[in-house]
Amino acid sequence: MSMTFDHPVTTPELDKAERALIDESTRIPVLLFYGSAVFWLLIGTLFALLASFKMNAPHFLDQWGWLTFGRVRPAHLNAVAYGWASPAGIGTALWLMARLCRVPLRNSGLLICAAIFWNIGILLGIFGILSGDGRSIEWLEFPNYASFMLFVAFGLIAVWAVIMFRFRRPGHVYVSQWYLLAAFLWFPWLYSTANILLNFEPIQGGAQGAVNWWYGHNALGLWFTPIGLAAAYYLIPKVLGRPIHSYYLSILGFWSLALFYSWNGMHHLIGGPFPAWLVSASVVASMMMFIPVITTAINHHMTVRGNFHALKWSPTLRFTVFGAMCYTLSSVQGIFMAIPSLNKVTHFTHYTVGHAHLGLYAFFTMIMFGSMYYILPRVVGWEWPSARLIRWHFWLSAIGIGVMVIALTIGGLLQGLALLDPGVTFMASLDYAKPWLLLRSGSGILLTGAHIVFAVSFTLLVLKTGKRREGPTLFGTDQGEQPEALIP
Amino acid sequence: MNRMPVIVIGVFLTFLSSWIGLVAYPYFALGRFTPFTAEDTGDINPPPLSGLAVMGQRAYASSGCVYCHSQQVRQVGYGSDLERGWGSRPTVARDYMRQNPVFLGTMRTGPDLANIGARQPSSMWHHQHLYQPTVVSPGSIMPSFRYLYRTQKIEGQRSANAIDLLPPDAPADGYEVVPTYEAEALVAYLLSLNRNYPLPEAPEPPQ
Repeated sequence: MSMTFDHPVTTPELDKAERALIDESTRIPVLLFYGSAVFWLLIGTLFALLASFKMNAPHFLDQWGWLTFGRVRPAHLNAVAYGWASPAGIGTALWLMARLCRVPLRNSGLLICAAIFWNIGILLGIFGILSGDGRSIEWLEFPNYASFMLFVAFGLIAVWAVIMFRFRRPGHVYVSQWYLLAAFLWFPWLYSTANILLNFEPIQGGAQGAVNWWYGHNALGLWFTPIGLAAAYYLIPKVLGRPIHSYYLSILGFWSLALFYSWNGMHHLIGGPFPAWLVSASVVASMMMFIPVITTAINHHMTVRGNFHALKWSPTLRFTVFGAMCYTLSSVQGIFMAIPSLNKVTHFTHYTVGHAHLGLYAFFTMIMFGSMYYILPRVVGWEWPSARLIRWHFWLSAIGIGVMVIALTIGGLLQGLALLDPGVTFMASLDYAKPWLLLRSGSGILLTGAHIVFAVSFTLLVLKTGKRREGPTLFGTDQGEQPEALIP
Repeated sequence: MNRMPVIVIGVFLTFLSSWIGLVAYPYFALGRFTPFTAEDTGDINPPPLSGLAVMGQRAYASSGCVYCHSQQVRQVGYGSDLERGWGSRPTVARDYMRQNPVFLGTMRTGPDLANIGARQPSSMWHHQHLYQPTVVSPGSIMPSFRYLYRTQKIEGQRSANAIDLLPPDAPADGYEVVPTYEAEALVAYLLSLNRNYPLPEAPEPPQ
């Protein structure tokens, strides 16, 4: 099997007209999911700012139950996880599926229904949390009337994915498709099991913790991660015009992720009221994550190697490679956090919040931005209106998330070390964290700026404003520079 | 890997293994406890919650207390939970059999509440704390829950459940601050949090 075999464009090559036809067939569903994703990103960011400010100034907006910290925080998590990240991932996945199956998108009615159900679900869920119906089960706060809508939407999308895969044009199945198909099959199962056992027919509390973190960790590992990796596996070789380094590493990375990630969740319960073997199994599975993580990191790195100059020009590549590198970083960090002697320090502190943002933002969200920069011009038939806006977006989000993760990591470590020492009062452990929480709010303002810039850019693109461009919008071209040869 | 069945069966089996290990097993091993009846005293542990405390458990979820407070005393060797006096023994799975949803928690911006009913047995303390946390707990960044309280004109005698507040939170002359039903329920729930009762599987560690 030759290495060029594993390339998203070589087997068998579609001509330009066929690609355009496929892109056009995805327009309405992709725009529906992407548009709602950007909308919920702004809402979720607003909740994030509120929650962060409340930690600096507890009196801020404390007169209404609707805006109390304990409701704004889950409103933030759910708005960004289910409102932004999931629809952004689904939009990306739809387009990738159509391109990689090499057929125009079929049964778009299923997807349009799913998008409608989805958005109603998010709206009801956020409203439910703010009005006091939230369940206080991390990652599963939505009341039943909202999670049911999301489940219907997930189900429709899973059915669509199977149909789409079934009617693909014969030939090679690219690595991105394995990840997408797996994510679409795993998530409805995961989501329904967890909701039934925790919300619809709650089991006893002692067992709820296990199910909660089986879900919470797998939502990241078996839903967001495969979609993010599928996008990276497609975009990096595509933009660079060269094949993925190794087909065999791709296979090893995929199956080891499937096997080990799904067993990780109990490391959230180290030291808690659970049988030792259950927690140990997850700690071991977490260690084993080195295999898929290092495999994927090598595969991506070797693909980009020798072409890092392209990061200077291509927005897609810059966001995607940033995200892929942060995947390695956050995964390795996560593995260390599962070691009990280190977990003792970081558990119950803001360190964990930093880790979550490294994964869901620096890895997943950045790759979703990269995907949107690649996919939207093809779907809309219009190039991005301004390279300057994209540049602002990149630097605000990259610096913003960098500062946030560093602040929460340091603050969390200080807080955790203080908590371990019974000679330090509890209040002192909080005092260690306070200045870093202030810095976190500062980084949140940068991220808010990034999201507003992106939303403006997105709107201008969809409205097809500005002059028609000949080629793709690359960094530097607005400053009179000429990019070296590069497939956008 | 060009065939759909290979991928579908593979993703099904890998995920099934975790579903059996991390969902089905905990359901049978940790989800079917019965309370323990002490032979000498006849006490039933964990004790059932009062109706008001059950409502308070709901208020605890609704206000999102779990995002800053855990309810677990970890085993010896995992942190200083016991040394801080957060409980007389580590908590075990049976302690949570009546809790829905379970509030184990993942964050300690505030202290652990597994035994807060034993550590702060005064309902007035809880009301004052919920109304204005920094008055009884200087340096705290807990938000005020004054939306769970009502300021009303005193008609005749001061209400029995009116809470004592110091300036600047004290109401104007002739007025009083009383808890709503939700606040009463929440405090009843907090006072019920006491897991220092004996269970055979959870001996108190030697001092």
